[in-house]
Amino acid sequence: MSRQRRVVVTGIGLATPIGIGAEAYWEALLQKKRGIRAIESFDPSQMAARIGGALPPHNMADYIPKTYRKNNKVMSDDTRIAVVCAHQAALNAGLNTACLIARGEAKGGSNVDPTGFGANIGAGLICADLPELAGALSTAADPATGRFSHARWGREGMTNLTPLWLLKFLPNMLACHVTIVHDAQAPSNTITCGEASSHLAIGEAFRTIARGAADVVICGGAESKMNPMALARPLLFGWLNTADNDRPHHACRPFASDGAGMVASEGGGLAILESLDHARRRGARIYAEVVGFGAAANTHDWRSPDPSGSPVRLAIEAALKDAGVGPAALGLAVPFGCAVPAFDASESLGWRDACGSRLEQVRAVATKGLIGVNGAGSGAIDFATAVLALYRNTVPPSANTHRTHDGCPFRFVQGDPVDANAEYAVTTAFALSGSQTAALVVRKFEE
Amino acid sequence: MERRTVITGMGWITPLGHDIDAVWKRLLAGESGVAATTLFDAATYPTTFSAQVKDFDPQRFIGAEAWKRHADANRNTQFALAAAELAWRDAGLAGIAAVDPTRVGIYLGGGEGAIDFDNFVDAALAGCRDDAGITIPLDAARWARRAMAILNAIREQEQEPNLPASHLAVRFDARGPNFNTLTACAASTQAIGEATQMIRRGDADVIISGGTHSMIHPLGVTGFNRLTALSTRNECPAKASRPFDRNRDGFVLGEGSGIIILESLDHARNRGADIKAEIIGYGSTADAFRITDIHDRGRGAIAAMRLAMENAGVGIDEIDYISAHGTGTAENDTIETLAIRSLFGDRAPRVPVSSIKSMMGHLIAAAGVVEVITCVLAIRDGVLPPTINYETPDPNCNLDYVPNHARKADVNVVLSNSFGFGGQNDTLVVRRFER
Repeated sequence: MSRQRRVVVTGIGLATPIGIGAEAYWEALLQKKRGIRAIESFDPSQMAARIGGALPPHNMADYIPKTYRKNNKVMSDDTRIAVVCAHQAALNAGLNTACLIARGEAKGGSNVDPTGFGANIGAGLICADLPELAGALSTAADPATGRFSHARWGREGMTNLTPLWLLKFLPNMLACHVTIVHDAQAPSNTITCGEASSHLAIGEAFRTIARGAADVVICGGAESKMNPMALARPLLFGWLNTADNDRPHHACRPFASDGAGMVASEGGGLAILESLDHARRRGARIYAEVVGFGAAANTHDWRSPDPSGSPVRLAIEAALKDAGVGPAALGLAVPFGCAVPAFDASESLGWRDACGSRLEQVRAVATKGLIGVNGAGSGAIDFATAVLALYRNTVPPSANTHRTHDGCPFRFVQGDPVDANAEYAVTTAFALSGSQTAALVVRKFEE
Repeated sequence: MERRTVITGMGWITPLGHDIDAVWKRLLAGESGVAATTLFDAATYPTTFSAQVKDFDPQRFIGAEAWKRHADANRNTQFALAAAELAWRDAGLAGIAAVDPTRVGIYLGGGEGAIDFDNFVDAALAGCRDDAGITIPLDAARWARRAMAILNAIREQEQEPNLPASHLAVRFDARGPNFNTLTACAASTQAIGEATQMIRRGDADVIISGGTHSMIHPLGVTGFNRLTALSTRNECPAKASRPFDRNRDGFVLGEGSGIIILESLDHARNRGADIKAEIIGYGSTADAFRITDIHDRGRGAIAAMRLAMENAGVGIDEIDYISAHGTGTAENDTIETLAIRSLFGDRAPRVPVSSIKSMMGHLIAAAGVVEVITCVLAIRDGVLPPTINYETPDPNCNLDYVPNHARKADVNVVLSNSFGFGGQNDTLVVRRFER
């Protein structure tokens, strides 16, 4: 194999129900700020799950150049979240992209060549804007029967949709808007693998930089489940907590002995990954180094977890091997922990089989108790959590994890944060619908 | 030294048929797979035709018993399962026990599954109607009452874009890395390129790659019709897809799947596999220009082709053929031509360029892989597929498009281009396999 370049994390941009921006998120995590509450963006009264994690109020004008504001109307919520994260990541990294320069937020001139700057962004199955689409479809109802008529739709009904309607819902639009706003012309990919998307995107970005196809890649994922169709789907699949609508703060309980399902949310994260040389040349702050990536597939089923946990085990083993270390090096565990009992049980087994008794000696973090599960974006938030924990030498507490299920191998922090004293952190994710499973290994940065 | 990546198996389900050689014959004969749309009642839509997959029964490919497991699969997943079965057999991997499942990966450019349209519309209309039957703006509570009663969990789940790759993982016990990319019309080219990198690096020995997609459903056609991207030549569907012709008026929506088996050369040799061709280069860029338009000087397209050739270590003099993205939209064909001219300079008029989309339509996420398969066949047989319906030259499109008739040629190294909505550009370099 040819010599590979070292890859470091130099920026983190986050949009989560407990805060926008890396600093706000981290402070909220330490303080166990609760992000789950009653859904207000639409009337959920006829749905069995009526709580979720919505983003705090924010204004898109704060994240894009003035000249780009007209494009806001062709963005889905998923894309808007990615665009917010991208701005925050560039700002956090001190990466003077076209966006920051146009907004007057760059200190100095451009410090990134667009042809060496790529994107790799995980996205979900973007749901239609229901009021828009349903409103248009209803114009094609046959007046006599009340039923939808293709003839009426084809003749004139469809003209009630804006010409650019389709573009809102293409998953690659997250990366397209981000690459346009920030002028990133190097390889650009969109990974659509449910909750595993961010890990796979970050892992692939790590490879892209290591082999020299880009110097800087903005990577992660974003998704919104805070609309009726996106909430209906996991509800139909039986994953959502429907028992705790009256106590949203306690509803999402990762790895709990009384786990009762997940809570849907919105958000995402984008990290700036950079070759070590490039980061040094521009004097960037280095948060941590990405040293391992592994991926595997659940071949048991695409609708339920492998009860043996073997896909998670395979992914962790591959990632550790890639990093050139064994489980004894593990210093911090950041599992997916979606709070759906069957998935949590499988993940616990996978981690135990991959890392054995080492898990009894290290701390773990589960973030979903505060922020819920936001699909393709959730992995990037976990990745950022692992990076920040190493960088700040701090393990934040994990909400709603005080009573874990039998066989749960993780030691979560209750109460106040503790010192991390960790060199390596491992984080995992997998698609809830589908086979995709992935793990990343991050190392505290040393020259 | 990086490992070499070869193609050892190929399969496809296309608007022109399902057998590699039978479809290839039809392509060389310049046949069109475009006809009136029958998957739904499109009679009043601006575009009433498409390139549908015909006579397709997935059970015929994987057997009735194995099919039970996949019986709920969406149309795109059915295509992928069948194409993968053909490719797996073509690679001589069926029934082989010597392959380590943890070293078998999957990397697809799979589109989302078709929406469960009737139920979706039923709920949408219920949400926009009050108790007296009067049309109102969407009431989420009315919608939810109906939606939660009629939407089907499995049909919803099978629409997820990573489901084809997941079905394949189960079907072939492929426990290695599993990815799905959806970079619009560039997806399966990107999938093959990234999979090639994974094999080179050693992340897997065998990768089932390619793509699958069907957007021939009411909302897919609506979306493209609203963008005015589709041809509306309703009076003559077989003549509608006319890449590079002056009178082109948009692309023709197709559907289908192509799957190829990528393998490290060592792995292929060790099991005595028949090697069809080698992937030697991959270039990927973003236009970073506009959501709705391609960069007007083809910046991203030029860079993707140039990077792919650099990655392959070949120069412009070595390129024998370019399989164009060639959609038949005014904009794409003009700018792709401009990009090829910019890059190839004086040699541009002597490099044959053709678009099989003229015959197969545009398979969207699956377009790239079926074009890669035709590149392999062109190398194998020394013959280039034509661009049909090329009747009136366009002053903006002045290359050798292999018009209307297949042509014998010495073909060793080829480029295959795919450009997606939003400025995604991907190019592969495929070469005749030499030891």
